Amino acid sequence: MEDLKFKHLLGIKELTKEEIQLIFRTASHFKEILNRPIKKVPSLRDITIANVFFENSTRTKLSFELAEKRLSADVVNFSSVGSSLKKGETLLDTINNILAMKVDMLVIRHASPGAPHFLAKHIDANIINAGDGTHEHPTQALLDTFSINEKFGKVQAKKVAIIGDILHSRVALSNIFALQKLGAQVMVCGPITLLPRHIEQLDVKVELDVRKALEWCDIANVLRIQLERQQIKYFPSLREYSLYYGINKKLLDGLDKEITIMHPGPINRGIEISSDVADSEHSIILNQVENGVAIRMAILYLLAAKQPDYKSEFTKNT
Amino acid sequence: MFFLYLHNLRRMRKRLLFDEPLLKITIHRLCEQLIENHEDFSNSVIIGLQPRGIYLAQRIANHLEKLLKRKPTMGILDTTFYRDDFRRRDKSIEASATTINFAIERKKVILVDDVLFTGRTVRSAMDAMIHFGRPDKIELLVLIDRMYSRDVPVEATYVGRKVNTIESQKVLVELKEQGSKEDKIWLVKKLKSKWKT
Repeated sequence: MEDLKFKHLLGIKELTKEEIQLIFRTASHFKEILNRPIKKVPSLRDITIANVFFENSTRTKLSFELAEKRLSADVVNFSSVGSSLKKGETLLDTINNILAMKVDMLVIRHASPGAPHFLAKHIDANIINAGDGTHEHPTQALLDTFSINEKFGKVQAKKVAIIGDILHSRVALSNIFALQKLGAQVMVCGPITLLPRHIEQLDVKVELDVRKALEWCDIANVLRIQLERQQIKYFPSLREYSLYYGINKKLLDGLDKEITIMHPGPINRGIEISSDVADSEHSIILNQVENGVAIRMAILYLLAAKQPDYKSEFTKNT
Repeated sequence: MFFLYLHNLRRMRKRLLFDEPLLKITIHRLCEQLIENHEDFSNSVIIGLQPRGIYLAQRIANHLEKLLKRKPTMGILDTTFYRDDFRRRDKSIEASATTINFAIERKKVILVDDVLFTGRTVRSAMDAMIHFGRPDKIELLVLIDRMYSRDVPVEATYVGRKVNTIESQKVLVELKEQGSKEDKIWLVKKLKSKWKT
């Protein structure tokens, strides 16, 4: 088996197509394990993992924690609320203190883009980026593409439209990289104020009209409006956004084809997506969440194999 | 004399353990032995171990079907995530599929693998299997038992052939299912990194 090239998962940008496919293959085996009566394997029983979340999270944190526990790793959780960060400790000091307690792997979410990359230069533990600001969210992109692959049997040549707040979305960037590496066509769609400048240089189509985007695509990945990241007003009101960019049943019924709907969560029902669409049979939102655990198990397993300490001379097999 | 020398040299490098007729006879014998202990297989299941035990398990299941006139229950088990050598090998092993679509609770389980060497795969297989339920009994069937090379106290219940080997040798299994022209199983000298491990 080809191993992963890097000992960290900082972003999709650094991964190759083959590595993504290796992660997919491994994840599909873990998915089978997750459907067993006992959903646990002993692979990482000698590994301690710290989930360090400097930003709020429900799904990602829970999903990582479940993945770690199902691989039998020891898990410690850290969230910035109620921590010594408020007392003025630096990021590197905080992490070094956690590592001093013999932690082997770090899952980190931070509001600053590049925080995991910075840590990767200074510490030995394997780092998994669980979202760094508006930069990347690799595990989300992997589980999104894995879900597409599962539903259609391939990602190659699929047309995927990413609709919503592209400017503040780390999911969008990671998804663009992952989808392009696997050979899909990508379009971004949203109000012009919420599209990053020069995004077309990433070789994606840009569309301002949501109807045209839906007519073009096979899969629509709908993103949330990240109000917490918006210091200024990018559009007049949420009601107006919903009117022009909200995906509802009427809009989808007006198309002459069926579109698969995805959403990385959390959903703001009635704003970017209406309830009847989010709960319809074309939505694979809950499959995404289910696949999230399998994908994260695969990543943890493959990165743990890169742990340097005891590769002894034991090579006998059969 | 020289040809005898050459002949011996070849013998040393590659010794045939099974050819097609012998393999057939052996599988037939193993099946008869299984029937002796499991009668009609109503409460027994066969589980082939990935990656190479599955072909043998399938052949045994097919032959049993001929003898019993009913299909025995068969599954496939992958032990990668249960192995005790994770992070201790030079290269990681890639996982394979597991298909066990039946309950093994209170069943008699026959694990099937091609070669029994250190016994570690079988140990991890028992670990993996217990996660599907508690079987009444676990038995082990192997085609080739490499004697005196066990790392853990595991012995096979049914053996196709016992072979005396040394560490530097390797059993090379060529079955039609794996893309070979005919069924042949060899004992070969392990060349460095030439044979897949």
